[in-house]
Amino acid sequence: MAVASVASDAATEVLMPGSEDEAIATFGVGAEVVVVGGGTIVVPDMTYRRLRPAKALMLGSAGLSGIGTDGSRVTIGATTPVQALVDLKAPLGPCASNVADLEIRSQGTVGGNLCAGDGTEAPRGDLQGAFLALGATARSAANGDVTEEPLEDFLGKRHERLLLSVSFDEPAAGAFVGLDRPHTHDYTALAVSGARAQDGTLRLAATGAGSWGARLPSAEAAAGDPAVAGEAALNDVTPHDDALASAWYRTKVLPVLVRRVLTALEEST
Amino acid sequence: MNLTINGISHEVAGSELAPLLDVLREELGIMGAKAGCHQGGCGSCTVLVDGEPRRSCLLPAGYADGTQITTVEGLGAPENLMPIQQAFVHYYAAQCGFCTSGMLLAAQAYLDRGGTDDPEAIQHALAGHVCRCTGYSKIIDAVAAAARGDSFDLTTTAVGKHTTMANGGAE
Repeated sequence: MAVASVASDAATEVLMPGSEDEAIATFGVGAEVVVVGGGTIVVPDMTYRRLRPAKALMLGSAGLSGIGTDGSRVTIGATTPVQALVDLKAPLGPCASNVADLEIRSQGTVGGNLCAGDGTEAPRGDLQGAFLALGATARSAANGDVTEEPLEDFLGKRHERLLLSVSFDEPAAGAFVGLDRPHTHDYTALAVSGARAQDGTLRLAATGAGSWGARLPSAEAAAGDPAVAGEAALNDVTPHDDALASAWYRTKVLPVLVRRVLTALEEST
Repeated sequence: MNLTINGISHEVAGSELAPLLDVLREELGIMGAKAGCHQGGCGSCTVLVDGEPRRSCLLPAGYADGTQITTVEGLGAPENLMPIQQAFVHYYAAQCGFCTSGMLLAAQAYLDRGGTDDPEAIQHALAGHVCRCTGYSKIIDAVAAAARGDSFDLTTTAVGKHTTMANGGAE
């Protein structure tokens, strides 16, 4: 019987590692391997033949799911469902709640969200801004070599390395403000995350104002005056037009979101 | 792979990466889950996997190996409808019916986790489900009524007593 999906093509070799070590070995140098977390991005891309991988690495049984804490250090495994994050403190919890809908959040993974390719109609990577604001580090592997580095550095190589986990220190205060459109198709149109670290360092980051999440250093520098900081944020990103919002709209809204995040941070410290 | 669907165990060959939706419809002939957009956007393919709603068009079949899957066929039969199904009938919450199986399963999961008749909570629970007949008011009314435990006399056509989002709750 004919099956509609190309996923049934014998051409795609499916690999299902049973441990982290096996996943690292199977990923190898990452050549021709498409990594499948929950499948919410890869499966439809294969159904519609936008993606025809030689090998698919399905991580569901690799033991990479779970949230661990060690003192104030939080580590989130790459295949932890986005839904598992919704009760965490701001900015991460509210940011995760803002992702798509319940069914997608429950199946989509943190790793898939952070590492997804650029979307065709909207930027992906809803969680990137929140993790950047937390100063998160990414632990990843390629060619058997495991390294941990700042998430900002990892994002540029996210297609060459296998993400294993993300870690951050609990902030002293955090805030998240995003445009709220609770439906499946809302890859975050625009959102701002902010966190004040235990040592007082303030980090701000935007999602939806470029092809992936971006720190807002100009806004951070002007944080003493939220209104000024909001306008300054426009120096750090280049808002774009896509299916979700126009560049004009993003330019108008970003300063407002930055101002609200800074105000919320002030109120919580 | 072994999939238990509505209580019946099925051995399935084929790619672990094939969408569960295709396995259900194309290989097993279980048609309750509808293939709407086939890319996670419409909700009509929603099934319960170990009691939790999932988009079967997005779920690789290999991830459903060993789980208990419920499709709309696994809810009440016509002569023995479950409360959520009775509520959909009572409130005319199904029009063309294409979204209904996904709506029913997501709503049942909402009720199973203790959902209330709060319209906003129901909207969030059904946020990923599109009704192209735009019958949302009646769907939300139906879920709210089922959450309250209302009982229905399906031998009459009931209108008038229930409130809708559309009229702001006026009688």
